[in-house]
Amino acid sequence: MGVYLDYQATSPMPESVREVYVDALAGVGNPSSIHQAGQRQRAILEDAKERIARIVGCEPIEIILTSGGTEAINTALKGAVWAAQAARGPDTPTTLVSSRAEHHATLDALHWLSAQEGTDVAWVPVDDQGVLDTDSLEVILADHRPVMVATLLANNEVGSIQPVEEIARLSLEAGTPVHVDAIAALGYLPINFAELGVTAMSLSAHKVGGPVGVGALVLSRHAPELSALLHGGDQQRGRSGTLDVAGVVAFAAALELREQGRIEHGAQLAAMRDSLREQLCAAVGDVVVRGSHDARLPGNLHITVPGCEGDVLLYLLDQHGIQVSTGSACQAGVPEASHVLLAMGLSEETARGALRFSLGYHTTEDDIEAVVSVFPRVVEQARAAGMASGR
Amino acid sequence: MGVKVLAAMSGGVDSAVAAARAVEAGHEVVGVHLALSRMPGTLRTGARGCCTIEDSMDARRVADMLEIPFYVWDFSERFAQDVVQDFIDEYSEGRTPNPCMRCNQHIKFQAVLERGLALGFDAIATGHYASVVEGPQGKELHRAATWAKDQSYVLGVLTTEQLEHCYFPLATTPSKDEVRAEAAERGFFVAAKPDSHDICFIPDGDTRGWLAERVGERQGPVLTAEGEVVGSHQGAHAYTVGQRKGLQLGYPAADGKPRYVLEVRPKTNEVVVGPKEALAISELAGSVMSFAGADPVRSGLAEDASDEHGFGCEPFSCHVQVRAHADPVAASARVSGGELVVSLLEPLLGVAPGQSAVIYVGTRVLGQCTIDRTVSALQEVSSG
Repeated sequence: MGVYLDYQATSPMPESVREVYVDALAGVGNPSSIHQAGQRQRAILEDAKERIARIVGCEPIEIILTSGGTEAINTALKGAVWAAQAARGPDTPTTLVSSRAEHHATLDALHWLSAQEGTDVAWVPVDDQGVLDTDSLEVILADHRPVMVATLLANNEVGSIQPVEEIARLSLEAGTPVHVDAIAALGYLPINFAELGVTAMSLSAHKVGGPVGVGALVLSRHAPELSALLHGGDQQRGRSGTLDVAGVVAFAAALELREQGRIEHGAQLAAMRDSLREQLCAAVGDVVVRGSHDARLPGNLHITVPGCEGDVLLYLLDQHGIQVSTGSACQAGVPEASHVLLAMGLSEETARGALRFSLGYHTTEDDIEAVVSVFPRVVEQARAAGMASGR
Repeated sequence: MGVKVLAAMSGGVDSAVAAARAVEAGHEVVGVHLALSRMPGTLRTGARGCCTIEDSMDARRVADMLEIPFYVWDFSERFAQDVVQDFIDEYSEGRTPNPCMRCNQHIKFQAVLERGLALGFDAIATGHYASVVEGPQGKELHRAATWAKDQSYVLGVLTTEQLEHCYFPLATTPSKDEVRAEAAERGFFVAAKPDSHDICFIPDGDTRGWLAERVGERQGPVLTAEGEVVGSHQGAHAYTVGQRKGLQLGYPAADGKPRYVLEVRPKTNEVVVGPKEALAISELAGSVMSFAGADPVRSGLAEDASDEHGFGCEPFSCHVQVRAHADPVAASARVSGGELVVSLLEPLLGVAPGQSAVIYVGTRVLGQCTIDRTVSALQEVSSG
C-alpha cells in the first residue's frame, strides 16, 4: 500500500470489519419480507441502526439508509425543495442557503436545483480559513424565507470545523431547517444529532472504514417529510430500494471501532499531523498552511506550495510510494483548482499548488518521516516542472 | 539498459501499441493522457479520438494491462491558448493553420516534454509513424518505413533539442493493420477503435460554422483578380486558398470553368477567386522556421551564407511538402534574409499562407517554415 495519507478520500476497511461484513453477506432473506428469514434479517439491520444511532445521537427511526453520502445530501436538498413546491404549489419560489466551500455533492445539487427548479441559492461567505460567516448568515436568514440551510460540519478539503451550533441556533430561530454534511467529520469529531438540534445530517460508511455504497440520511422525527428521490417500494420514510443488511452491519462495526478509540487516536493523529506540518514548513520556507488554525479535523493537513502544480506534487510523491490528494474534485483524473480555496479568497494560481494530507488510524510516525524525507526534493522538482510547463 | 520514458497515450490504438513496445523494450514507462479540452465530452462520437473522458479511460485501461503507472496531465489551458486561439487568430488573418502541428510544436513536444524532463524522464514516446535515426551530425528525423502511414510531416516542427528526446516505437511498422493486429493480440480492446481524423476541438467537423461562432459573420464581396465583384460571402475567414466548394457564386465565369479561392483578404473582408491555373505557385517563403537536427550547412547540403538576419545558406536540392497527405515536390531551398525560400521545379497548386512547408532530403526531414508568402507562377500573389 505504501504510505497512504488519503484517508479523507476513503479509509481502508479494518480486518475485523471485513470479517463482520463477509459473515453478514451469508444471511438469507430480504429484511422487508414477512417470513421468519426476513424477520431475522430485519432484526440484524435494526440492531445495526441502533448502534449507529447511539454513536451519532439520534433515534434509530431517524436513520434513512442510503447508497452513500451523495444520495443522502441530494435527498435532503432536493427533497426539501420538492416538498415545499408540493405544499405551496409548483411555482412557489424556493431559496436554499449555503456556502461556496461545500462538498460537490451539495454544490452540484444546488446548481441543479437552481437550473431545473428555479431555486434561488443565497451564498453565505466563508472567511480565509474556510469557516462560514455566521453574521452574514443571520442577515440572509432575515432577508429570505429559505427552505433549508446546508452546511458542512467540517470541510472535507481544508479540515476547518464549522460553527454548526451557531448556524443551527440562528436557523432554527428563523424557522429554517438545517442540513449538516457530517461525512468528513464522522469518526473524527464527537457528533450528537439531537444536541445539535439540526433537521437532517448526511453520513457515509467508507470514510470510517465501512463499505463504499453505504450511507445514511439522519432526518429528525420532527422534520417535515421530504419528497422522495427514489421510488419503488417505500421501504423507509419515502426512500425506496432493498435494504443492504450486510452494508449497514459493517457500517455499524466500523463506526463503533472508530468511536472506541476516537479521543485517544484523535489526539495521536493531531500530534502526528502537527509534527508533519512543522517539518514541512521548516523544510520548505514558503509553504502555506490552509484552513482553520485551531479548529480542524485532527488528521487533516492542507497546504499550498507556491510555484507548484498540485497534480505534479501528487505525481512525484506517488513515485515515492506516498499517496495524497490535491483535495479538490477530479474530472477524468485532472484536479480542478479547488473551489474551496477560491471561496476562501485564494487566486487560481495559488489554489493550483494545493496538497491535502489526510492521516488516519493506521498512520505511523514512519509515514510522516517518509514524507518529510522526500518533500524538499519533490518541491524543487515540481517547481522546475511548473516553470517548464509555463503556467 | 532502459531509460525513463513518458508514453503519451491518447486512448487510440497507435499510442497504445507504442507504449506497449516501449515497455517491452525494457524501459521504465509511465503513461500520461493529456487533457486538452476544458469541457471534455463523456463519450467518443464520430471521428474524434482523443479528447473525451472515454478516450482517457481507454488509455488508462491499456496502461492497466501494461502494468504501468498512469496519470492525466491537464494542458487544457496551454492548448486553448497555443492551439485553439492560434487557429482562430490565423484564420482571422486569412491564413490556414495546421492545428496538429501547433499541438506537436507547443504542447506535446514542448510543454509536455519539458515537464517530463523536469520530472526526471529521458524521452517521450508517441504513436507517430516516423523514425529517429542517429546520423553523422546527431539525431535525424526520417519518414516512417511505410510511405502510406508516414506522419513525419506533422513532426516537421520538432527542433534539434526536442528530437534528442523523441521515441517513436511505430517507426518500422509496415501498416496500421499490423498495429491493430498487435493490439488485438495484446488484448487491447482499443484494437478496433476508429481512427481520428477531424480537428479534435471541432466536434462536428464543421470548421466554418465553428469559426463563424468565434470570429463572427460579416458579409463581404467575392472578387476576381481584376476587381470585378462576382458574389458575396459571410466572412472572409471561412475561406481557404484553393477552395472550390461553397463559394455560391451567382453566375459562372466567362469561360464557364470552375473558380477557386486565390486569396483571402481579412482586413478588407474580400475573397479573391479565379481559374485553377491562377492557383499555381512557383515559390513560397516563410520567416518562422526550424531545423530538426543539423541545419543544411552542418548537414553538408549547402554552403553557409549567413547574413545580418542570422543563419543563411546557398540553394540546395530538396523536396517540399505543404500538407500532411500531399505529395512532396522537387524544389530548391535556401535561407536568406531571415527567410526560408523554396523555389519549386514544377508549379504547385493551392498553397495557403499559414500552412507549413516541410523540407525533405531523401527520407530525412530537414526542417520547416510557416508559409508567409507565395509567388504565383503567373503573377505574384501574397497574403497582403
